Amino acid sequence: MTTTIAKKGMNLTVKNIQAFYGESKAVKGVSIDFPANKITALIGPSGCGKSTLVRCLNRMHEEGSSASVRGKVLLNEENIYGADVDPVSVRRTIGMVFQKPNPFPTMSILDNVLAGPRLSGDRAHATRKHAEQALRDVGLWAEVKHKLNRPAADLSGGQQQRLCIARAIALEPEVLLMDEPCSALDPISTQRIEELVLRLKKRFTIVMVTHNLQQAQRVADRTAFMLDGELIEVAATSNLFNKPKDSRTKKYVTGQFG
Amino acid sequence: MSVFIATSRRRLVTNVLIKSLLLAGVIAALLPLVLVIGYVFAKGLPAFSADFFLTDPTGAFFGDQGGIRSAIIGTFAIVGLASLIAIPTGIALAVYLNEIGKKSKLASGIRYGVDILTGVPSIVFGLFIYSVLVIGDFMTGFAAWKGSLALALLMLPVVIRAGEVSLAMVPTTLREAALALGAPRWRVILFVVLPSAVSGLVTGSLLAIARTAGETAPLLFTVLGAQALTMSFVEPMNSLPLQIFNDIRQPNPDLVTRAWGAALTLILLILVTTLIARFAARRNRI
Ligand SMILES: Nc1ncnc2c1ncn2[C@@H]1O[C@H](COP(=O)(O)OP(=O)(O)O)[C@@H](O)[C@H]1O
Ligand SMILES: [Mg+2]
Repeated sequence: MTTTIAKKGMNLTVKNIQAFYGESKAVKGVSIDFPANKITALIGPSGCGKSTLVRCLNRMHEEGSSASVRGKVLLNEENIYGADVDPVSVRRTIGMVFQKPNPFPTMSILDNVLAGPRLSGDRAHATRKHAEQALRDVGLWAEVKHKLNRPAADLSGGQQQRLCIARAIALEPEVLLMDEPCSALDPISTQRIEELVLRLKKRFTIVMVTHNLQQAQRVADRTAFMLDGELIEVAATSNLFNKPKDSRTKKYVTGQFG
Repeated sequence: MSVFIATSRRRLVTNVLIKSLLLAGVIAALLPLVLVIGYVFAKGLPAFSADFFLTDPTGAFFGDQGGIRSAIIGTFAIVGLASLIAIPTGIALAVYLNEIGKKSKLASGIRYGVDILTGVPSIVFGLFIYSVLVIGDFMTGFAAWKGSLALALLMLPVVIRAGEVSLAMVPTTLREAALALGAPRWRVILFVVLPSAVSGLVTGSLLAIARTAGETAPLLFTVLGAQALTMSFVEPMNSLPLQIFNDIRQPNPDLVTRAWGAALTLILLILVTTLIARFAARRNRI
């Protein structure tokens, strides 16, 4: 069904990122590598700074009022926080999928997929053919091809989330950030998203926040454990879950706190 | 012994008492409304005829006095121009307040100004335009556009306030979704925020129109009034409130009837606008 062309992704390297809400520091100097064409899961108790960290990776964090960031994030050696880098171009290259499916309610299914190219002024990719490809990539084409002009709100939650993924990949980003993409979905929809994410890693570098430890074990190549704004441990997923080095990681993955 | 306690007599009495008080309140609130509308209908309906709507007032005291065509069209023209000025300006300011300036000094300054503007009596806007543009140093004379300007000042705070409220109702998640797609802020506003708020913006604008359409005071000193139909905004123009104001003071029952007819026409126009506003508010809720 998918005609995904394997494409070499890019490495994302985080160097000592600190993120603030006003005076309070939510991410306290995190350094981590997100290797190309791998899925890295971010786990940790709620409030530990997973969403904040992910929002630093495509310069969304600074959009919040009185929010600020310090540190570097390198995409193939280029700092996205460089002085002359336009945050808008960063977000085009590093796509994001949110916790709650958020299709644009005033737009049709088709227009939602094309919203990225259109909103970023990329006429070349704002074609119906391109939208069809993105919808095929997320396995939604068969379900929506007969109602492309219906409002996106007509879709189920799981379909809406896949639509949001299609919307993000229609921009052909290098990196896909996903902040608990399944937490609002039922188990069947969750399974479909997981299969989809596994397919998409051929093309993208994927960072996926999840509060579901089983999910991390099912899909992630590498898993990072965060606690209280700090990165405690990052390792190959099976190592992190079976042979955690840090006692706090062990406590968390064995369900003793969080 | 029963598990339940019998309803106390006192509670029954209190219940009846409170209910009748509430009913009395509702009647007290609705009665004047029904009386006013009923009265205007009774007084104004006899004036209605095809000629009433299709001919201009002649200005004659006896004989053929004409209808109110120029007043209806004048009201549409004056209020229309006022809307063209106030609605885009008001929505632009609402966008500034809610999307761009937010907590800035300028934004709180504008909010303060809007609050003051809301409380200014309409006659003051009329006087202001009168002293600056009608008998001012740079410009003199009555003209329809000057009345539109006075009405626009009256509409502006209503449009801004309603606009701010409907923009604030657009969920942040939509703005974030658009920003995360690499949209510059202006595109986020134009293609995501405004379309999502459109029903609220339409409702607010229509209510502002309905509120100002019947204003007389700002027009008295600026538009003056006229008999004949004119489409020129640089001349005095007729309008429904001015027609009513002039006719009702005439010692001639026919002219007084025309005033009531004009009043009924005005009420019906405002009613239709308000109904459209309600309809718009009900559609496309997010
Ligand atoms: N908009 C905000 N303003 C202030 N503090 C915030 C905001 N969002 C999150 N925080 C705080 O930052 C910390 C990290 O939050 P978050 O990144 O959302 O955690 P997680 O995604 O791991 O649950 C928490 O202590 C939270 O209270
Ligand atoms: Mg979170």
